[in-house]
Formats: sequence, C-alpha cells, structure tokens
Amino acid sequence: MEIAIGIILGCCALGAGAAMIAGIGPGIGEGNAVASACEAIGRQPECKGSVTTTMLMGCAIAETTGLYALVIAILLIFVAPNMLVNILLNAVK
Amino acid sequence: MLIGAVAPLVVGIILKVLFTPEKVGISISGALIYFTIPMPLQNLPITESQVNSALVIVTILFLCLYFTHGLTVKAELKRQLVAEWIVKQTQSLVKTNMSDYFSGFAPFVASIMALSAFSSLLSLFGMYPPTSDINIVGGWAILVFILITYYKMKCGPLHYAKSFGDPVPFLAPLNVISEVATPISMAFRHYGNVLSGAVISVLVATGLQGLTNIIFGWLPGFLGNIPFLQIGLPAILSVYFDLFSGCLQAFIFAMLTMLYVASGFPEEDYLARRAKKLARLKK
Repeated sequence: MEIAIGIILGCCALGAGAAMIAGIGPGIGEGNAVASACEAIGRQPECKGSVTTTMLMGCAIAETTGLYALVIAILLIFVAPNMLVNILLNAVK
Repeated sequence: MLIGAVAPLVVGIILKVLFTPEKVGISISGALIYFTIPMPLQNLPITESQVNSALVIVTILFLCLYFTHGLTVKAELKRQLVAEWIVKQTQSLVKTNMSDYFSGFAPFVASIMALSAFSSLLSLFGMYPPTSDINIVGGWAILVFILITYYKMKCGPLHYAKSFGDPVPFLAPLNVISEVATPISMAFRHYGNVLSGAVISVLVATGLQGLTNIIFGWLPGFLGNIPFLQIGLPAILSVYFDLFSGCLQAFIFAMLTMLYVASGFPEEDYLARRAKKLARLKK
C-alpha cells in the first residue's frame, strides 16, 4: 500500500515537472517579441508608448500556453494526489 | 468618505485574523471557507475570495463617492483633477481601441480595470487576493463572453450562426472551439499570473528561511531564530508580482475585453441592416 501511494505521489510530481517544459515556448516567444520591440523603439523612438503597449499585450497572449501548463502543474501537485489516493483506498476497500 | 473606503480593508484583515487556523511555517493554501449556507442542491460555501471581492466593491464605491463629491465647473480640488484624469484616460483608451459605436463603453472598462487592479493589490495588505481564485475571474470572463456574444448577435441569430462557417463551412467545429476557448483563456491568464506570483513568493520565502537556518543557525539564543535573509528580497519580488503584475493584468484584461468585443461586432453589416430597416419603416 505504501509503495502504491508513493508511486502516485512521485508520478504526480514528475508529471508536474514535465508539464512545465511548456515554459520554454512562451520564453522564446516573449524574448522574440521584446527583441523586436527594442529594435522598433531604436528605429523610431517617438512611438515608444504604443510599441510598449502592443508588446505587453503580445507578451500576455504569448504567455497563455505557459499558464495552461502552470495550471496543470498546480492541479497535479495540489489536487491530483488527494483524489488518486482516495480512489486507491476506495478500490482496496 | 475615506473612512468608508478604508473600513472594508480593516474588516477583511480582522476576518482573516479571526478565521486563520493555527499553523506552523509557511504553506500554500486556497481561500479560507468562512461559513457554509445549506442549500437544497449543494451547500454554498462563503469563501474568503467572495467576501474579499465584495469588500473591494464597497471600497471602490466609497472611493468613487470621495472623488466625485463637490464637483465644480472649474476644477479647484485636487481630487477632481484625479477623477477627470481617470475619465479622460479611459475614454481615450476606448476611443483608440474600439470604433465610435462603443463610445459608451468607457465606464464598463474602467470598472473592470479598477475591480481587477484593486483585487490584485489586496495581497499588499496580506489579504487573499480574489483574483487568485479561478471562480471569481471565471465569473468575469463569462460576463465578457456574454457581452461578446451579445454584440455578435446584433445582426440576428442567422448571421451569428453563419459566422462560424466563415472561411470554409467544414471548419465550423474549430470555430466553435476557439469561441469557447476565449473566456477560458482570459480566466486562466489572469488567475495563473496572480497565482504564480503568490506561489513563487512563498517558495522564495521558504527557501530563504531554510538558508538562514543553515548559515546563521549557530548564533546563540534567539538570534539563531531571526530569518535575516528574509529581509529585503521578498519585498522586491512583491513589488514586481503584486504591484506591477497586478496592475498589468488588470490593464490586459480590460484591453482584451475591448478588443474581443470590438472585433466580434460586425459593424458594417449592422449599420447596413439598420439603414435598410429605417428605409422600410419610412415607406
């Protein structure tokens, strides 16, 4: 029984870690966005305000996939172990 | 008036202190449940996030009353200048991002922005920010979704149904999915940003506590128990996660609301339809 619960907890933690690999994508995307924004500001310093606003909006939208991964990781750490262990205990009964 | 704005915060802090269970160390937990109301289908728990968001609404109400009482034609008071600045900024924001048809949209955008920003800033007072609860943010996202659908329906249900088969009819299922994904992504974006800030702050604070124990644990007496390294660094993180990120997320939520509503509204079709209707009525 202890081994089964241990496997459940360990696999939940591993899954949470694996889910956060998705953090790579938004990182690269936001880096590209900021790099382009810097370039644009360097070329046309007078439209700094609108470029910054647009960049922040773009960053927020690029972040979404990363946040999906974060939500899944948080569910795996805080919610899934309780649920799975309960299912296991009920099944053993 | 200002007392009315500050009192809800005090009430919230007192409630939090009264209801927080005794615990050891730092932990990440969801909203506290203050009490449950028995309901026929399912018990209704009244949680910290619901109470806190209601308190935020009261705070904003009293702030608005404070800013707008005793207005004069020529601004003499400082608070009137602040109120005028807020109104002007939101109106220009709405004007640049939406078409002229939506000129009455500024109060809604301003109120969503204020609600979201003040909710996120509650974490500065040590209270639970309602925006890190998916239920609260999900409610706002559903409200925005209803608005988007309402403006898409302006040309009649047939036009709305036709818009799903926009490029090619067999892509309709994908269009339905992307339609449903809009409120989900809006809710998750806001909730995830605030929650991730809280989680990272707690992790850093716990890590620094452990590090202090290792480095300064040998000091005699109570000196060994003071977490020296916890001074400073969590505050810098809080400036980013609570102040900057909270305000930025409020801005982004309001901005996305405006963009989705404005882009979902088929303005040319609607104006043509209305002109046709008026012409028919004149006959």
